[in-house]
Amino acid sequence: MEPISAGALDIIQPTYWPGNYWWHWLFYTVVVIVFMLVMVIGAIYFERRAMGKMQTRLGPNRTGPFGLLQPIADAVKVLLKENIVPGVADKIVHFLAPVIAFTPVLLIFTVIPFQNGAMLADLNIGILFIVAVSSIATVGVFMAGWGSGNKYSLLGAMRNVAAVVSYEIPMVLAILGVVMVTGSLSMNDIVNAQNIPNILVQPLGFLLFFTAACAEINRSPFDLMEADSELTAGFHTEYSGMRFAMFYLVEYAEAIAMSAVISTLFLSGWRGPWLPPWLWLIIKTFFVFFLMIWVRTIMPRVRIDQLMGLAWKFLFPLAVINLFATAIEVLAWPDASQWIFVGVNIVLAGALVFLGSRLFKTGLGRVEV
Amino acid sequence: MTTALAATEIVSQLSAQFPGAVEEAGTDAVLVKGEHLPAVVEYLKTAAGLKFDYLNFITAVDYYSYFEVVYRLTSLEFNRYIVLKTRCYTRNKPSVLTLTGIYQGADWQEREIYDLMGISFKGHKNLKRIFLWEGFDGHPLRKDWNR
Amino acid sequence: MTTTQELTLKTEPFILNIGPMHPSTHGVFRMRATLDGEVVTDIEPVFGYLHRGIEKLAEERTYTGIIPFTDRLDYLSPMSNNLGYCLAVEKLAGVKVPERGEYIRIITAELQRLANHCVAIGAMFNDAGAYFTPFLYMFRNREKIYDLFDMLCGQRVTYNYMRIGGVSQDLPEEFLPAVAKFLPQLKKFLDEYEFFVKQNEVFVARSKGVGILSKELAINCGISGPVARASGIKHDLRRDDPYSIYDRFEFDIPTAENGDCFDRFYVRVQEMRQSVRILEQAIKQVPDGPFRANVPQVIHPPAGESYAHIESPKGELGYYIVSDGSIAPYRFHIRPTSLINLGALRNMVRGWKVADLIFIFGSIDITMGEVDR
Repeated sequence: MEPISAGALDIIQPTYWPGNYWWHWLFYTVVVIVFMLVMVIGAIYFERRAMGKMQTRLGPNRTGPFGLLQPIADAVKVLLKENIVPGVADKIVHFLAPVIAFTPVLLIFTVIPFQNGAMLADLNIGILFIVAVSSIATVGVFMAGWGSGNKYSLLGAMRNVAAVVSYEIPMVLAILGVVMVTGSLSMNDIVNAQNIPNILVQPLGFLLFFTAACAEINRSPFDLMEADSELTAGFHTEYSGMRFAMFYLVEYAEAIAMSAVISTLFLSGWRGPWLPPWLWLIIKTFFVFFLMIWVRTIMPRVRIDQLMGLAWKFLFPLAVINLFATAIEVLAWPDASQWIFVGVNIVLAGALVFLGSRLFKTGLGRVEV
Repeated sequence: MTTALAATEIVSQLSAQFPGAVEEAGTDAVLVKGEHLPAVVEYLKTAAGLKFDYLNFITAVDYYSYFEVVYRLTSLEFNRYIVLKTRCYTRNKPSVLTLTGIYQGADWQEREIYDLMGISFKGHKNLKRIFLWEGFDGHPLRKDWNR
Repeated sequence: MTTTQELTLKTEPFILNIGPMHPSTHGVFRMRATLDGEVVTDIEPVFGYLHRGIEKLAEERTYTGIIPFTDRLDYLSPMSNNLGYCLAVEKLAGVKVPERGEYIRIITAELQRLANHCVAIGAMFNDAGAYFTPFLYMFRNREKIYDLFDMLCGQRVTYNYMRIGGVSQDLPEEFLPAVAKFLPQLKKFLDEYEFFVKQNEVFVARSKGVGILSKELAINCGISGPVARASGIKHDLRRDDPYSIYDRFEFDIPTAENGDCFDRFYVRVQEMRQSVRILEQAIKQVPDGPFRANVPQVIHPPAGESYAHIESPKGELGYYIVSDGSIAPYRFHIRPTSLINLGALRNMVRGWKVADLIFIFGSIDITMGEVDR
């Protein structure tokens, strides 16, 4: 496919709008918020139905046609509930935590292209921006854990910080591979450069990024910070009503945001035949999100030391090797056809994952006391 | 079939080992004097050919004039069991020697008896109420306990 | 110069109260866990939140009137509880159960074992953090067993089905064909389930070598049932002290070597297979005839004492009854399987992480109704 020329931008950024610049901001701010809310509602419904099917039950099917209104009913129920703040909580921190956790998720959506150039801000460091802001959510989570004055919350928050710090590294290294192949940090350029979806060019990068993203946003099997069977609800144990709804929203918004990032980086974002580009993005996002649901349904939770071990002993070496291999390919044969690299990288990824799984031992994890 | 160890056989063995320990030997149970109990149990647990290494349960019965503590031991190797009993004749602060040093499983069962029957076990390291709360008045499984 | 000692941070133990209201304490169990970071250094179980004084209450009920209490001990396997109690009273009163009654009892007790292990395995996975999938797959089969029981006695949870000298009602006509239809389905399901679980990398990593219970400690603590068999103790009352008519059936006693969480899962699955085997033999042999001996509602057993124990799904469940010849027992003691099986929990969890604490606890399979009585 030929890269789309700059002139195509006119279609989705109409020049006849008054005060082009500010209209653009206003328009896309509304679009981003509405898009996120609608996607979250869809994601909640989709997850519950999909998990229901996988678990030999029906899932919600009473509210509205096919239970489509279930997320809205949930939202109304949660919003009407009393907002309880524990007596020992640090009131200000407890109040601010959901807000701080929520903001970065919205920021991620600002740099995701819905169409060629159709995004709130086409930053030339788009992916770096995503890496930077997505970690801020951890601060909110840690504030929630600390401010609640609950031991479960504190444990959950500690686990989250440890996990995010560890998984940031393989995640960024996996992104670097993509950046080297596409030659740009801008999300829009990354999509434009993907004549072959990056999942084929960077198969190992995709696996690493998917795993690390699951850990980063606390999807099962890395949902240690919530760990419903151990820590009741982890960091949001002491949240109720509206604030709990915020955290619930954050959880799904993060999952959707990461799915959108993965679709953009590895599945060639909005590009695709026949359908309109924004629909392609949504389809791909939901596909990635479905993978996350699938993993959540079939996997028990890993333990904290296994989580850290996986990041440092398994993902990190693989990410470094992937980075070097990609760098050599890009440097040594800049003009070779990408299809050659597709074959080479798939073989390399298979070999490395096989080798890694043989060499990597989680260990027993018992400490003498 | 887990068979009972013939009382006559074990009684002669025990009397030889611990003179004066066996108070009475019924058909199905051996009544041991309280002060000899841990030694007898230890012997039953370790002696070759006996090996009563498994403590099924401990319980206590209130017969008004005395409390009877019942132990049932099983030998997994020989598939035999023996029931030991010991009595304490005082209603005010009755006490028996503990078996926690010999069987770890005795720990909570002794606490349960202490809680519900009021028999204290000498030498038990953590003898406090297990089901009822601290400060509960009386011991409900005693026959003279009033609601 | 600074020494290493000065550089190490001063830390203090972190005491975490797990329960009594907690999603994975299987009832109202409470543990005071002392943590060092994530590592459990000590736990102290606290009981009594569900103590109903069944032993005391039983002293004021007739022998038949106690049967409903036994349902409420281990509410995941009421049929086994009924059976154990009835055996103890029959031993005391010298009642002979007719053949058909014995067979019905065995069939219900084995179905109950299947139902209980369904919950035990499913709940264990939930404690490991699997989001309800293995749990619900197991529950689908438990539901079918509960439907069978519903057919039998009109109850789904607390059956109150057995009576002294037999069972309360005869089998409905469609019951045995329904069981015969269900068993092959279950066998197929078990193969599939075991395959999927053994393939699951995360589950294997979480369970292999975790929460090891040594054989010596298990014997010393009086541990029984699948937990003991997972530690390599080949002890099963159905074979070692056959009650009812278990000596007529062919079955194996599955054991494992390591005594870790994986083995406890494995032994339970194998036990379910053996239960299916027993059921397959039993449903073919059920004779015609009376299902209950002619026993009056209010019985006066002779003075004396009796102890009957059965291999309940959780382990050795015993009833010690002292009779003074009246219509109610003088003393009624239950050997609580769950309480005694918990005895080694402290040794098993020390040094493991919080996540393992929950998992190991779940792998023991207890019911608080039986622990607190």
